[in-house]
Amino acid sequence: MSILVGEDTRLAVSGLTGREGSYHAMNNRRYGTDVVAGVTPGKGGQDVEGVPVFNTFHEAVEATGANTAMIFVPPRFAADSILEAEDAGIATIIAITEGIPAHDELMVFNVLKRNPDVRLVGPNCPGVLSPGKANVGIIPASFFKPGNVGVVSRSGTLTYQIGNELAQSGFGNSTIVGIGGDPVPGSSFVDVIALFEADPETELIVMSGEIGGAAEEEAAEYIAAHVSKPVVGYVAGLTAPPGKTMGHAGAIVSGSSGGGQAKIDALEGVGVRVGRTPTQVAEIAMEILGR
Amino acid sequence: MDLLEYKGKQVLGRYDVPLFAGGQAATVDEAVAAAEEIGYPVVIKAQVKVGGRGKAGGIKIGETADEVREHATNILGMDIRGHTVHELWIQQATDIASEYYAAVVFDRAAKAPLVMLSTQGGMEIEQVAAEHPEALATLHIDPLVGFHPFQGRRLAYEAGVEADVVRPVGDLLAMLYEVFAKEEATLVEINPIVITPDRKVMALDAKVTLDDNSMFRHPDNATLDDSSDADPQEAMAKERGLTYVKLDGDIGIFGNGAGLVMSTLDVVAHAGGAPANFLDAGGGAKAEAIAASVEVILSNPNVKAVLFNVFGGITRCDEVARGIIDAYGILEPTVPFVVRLDGTNDVEARKLLADANLPHVYPEATMDGAAARVVQLARSTENRAA
Repeated sequence: MSILVGEDTRLAVSGLTGREGSYHAMNNRRYGTDVVAGVTPGKGGQDVEGVPVFNTFHEAVEATGANTAMIFVPPRFAADSILEAEDAGIATIIAITEGIPAHDELMVFNVLKRNPDVRLVGPNCPGVLSPGKANVGIIPASFFKPGNVGVVSRSGTLTYQIGNELAQSGFGNSTIVGIGGDPVPGSSFVDVIALFEADPETELIVMSGEIGGAAEEEAAEYIAAHVSKPVVGYVAGLTAPPGKTMGHAGAIVSGSSGGGQAKIDALEGVGVRVGRTPTQVAEIAMEILGR
Repeated sequence: MDLLEYKGKQVLGRYDVPLFAGGQAATVDEAVAAAEEIGYPVVIKAQVKVGGRGKAGGIKIGETADEVREHATNILGMDIRGHTVHELWIQQATDIASEYYAAVVFDRAAKAPLVMLSTQGGMEIEQVAAEHPEALATLHIDPLVGFHPFQGRRLAYEAGVEADVVRPVGDLLAMLYEVFAKEEATLVEINPIVITPDRKVMALDAKVTLDDNSMFRHPDNATLDDSSDADPQEAMAKERGLTYVKLDGDIGIFGNGAGLVMSTLDVVAHAGGAPANFLDAGGGAKAEAIAASVEVILSNPNVKAVLFNVFGGITRCDEVARGIIDAYGILEPTVPFVVRLDGTNDVEARKLLADANLPHVYPEATMDGAAARVVQLARSTENRAA
């Protein structure tokens, strides 16, 4: 098993005809992901290395049975593309695009929350990788192998860093989920941790958070009430000054909210062990899994 | 993008928010001219993007041209919590019957705009929430439905607004919500709202933050950006399209990906060092971008050593190594570099660096090891300098 993407994934890519979109979609296909369609208005009937392109998500779903969308279009078109995928009945939408206006994200979140059958991951995220099964997004799959550690993270490269340390210690992953660094992510830590808790393959959950917002505190509450599996945490940005956006639009300490130490305290308060460096995270994970 | 008070008021003015007459001034003469036009008394207000201006002596009343001249001379160039005052806002002075507070904020946790109204104006809102919760009313708004007059009335009655101004206060909240939604702000805050003795409801101050990512829909707002009090390295980085934040320490940091760079700052601090900056070169950085980044890092005179911490996903480590070698050749740095490259093409990258055999470039295999090394090198550079 795995979560969000796997052997049943049938992927339609919005932005497949673009340079970045085609590069990463073809990487995903080489990894074994079933890339069934591209969606670019005005380019219906063309193909990208044999993958048919449609004018609308509705046509793509009709013709190919696509059940997952990857959004790779520029920020100004991304909200529209996400809403189109949802309207066409796509169940899992993974948005890679960085720089989507905050009010667009707010609108998309509030539209999607009325539909219990749809899940958005991202935006501004590296995507989702279930090693050995499917890769949707830009995660460099060669560093990861199948296994029993589920990883959920607000950061791409930090995920690779932690994942690589785990891999070097002999651990593999059930699924690696980048939830993205924006202020209004479609899926939160809580959403993904709930999926890992229900996934029989996942035995340990690693959550990598950062400053800004209250998603880590919410996760701590959820873990205390609903999670039986061990969770190892990390929080980046402890030494970041308040009032400064640290690269990710969502990574900012505002006044008294969003600070790193409060997040660590919340997680440790419910028994989650938090590594102080990425290396410590891997060490704690190894200790728990007993190797 | 945080706006200076007077630029925030320009935005509010588009939505008919009631404002006092005022004028911008960048020199003492301009301040006096603005005051003459408005009529005395006036308030001379330092324009900086930081709170506590009044306490710092950045807000004064001028009854005459001479007083305006004196205050403007003192305030221009003043440092307020690290921000230099380059501009003033000269505003018509007012008598005050009551002071309220109103804000529309982007509530990330609730995924909805939050409207707040308090009858305790002039105080920090966190303090009001702690000490006078009965004077604070808050309401989340469904962004798909928008703000409606009943919500303004509800907030006004809940906060205990004086009966005769319930309607204008509600109207003001509706205007602020409109500014928030149409201008794609993440914060619209008026502290204080003033009720004048003749019962007018006016915005005395303004704090507006706009979403940088939405600027393509608001080309007019791009001109509201103000970098006159920005740090020189931050301005240089912005010109080059780099994500850079200046910090107080002496260890330059180069990394890829916001999370990994934040983590690098923490690991350096954990090892006993103090980072001089945050710099995210982003995914897929090419040699030229790397050279540009290194130039920005080294332009900070406090930097005593530089740590390159890269995990290559999309970014190829060999590109990074080439960028470092190029930058080294062009910039001839006098401070040591510690380089930790892992991930895509890391073997080639390490070979490139080894072959280049640059003096004072130290490869390290792990993030923790690299942090410890750079802290040690920064200290020994410090000792040499001393």
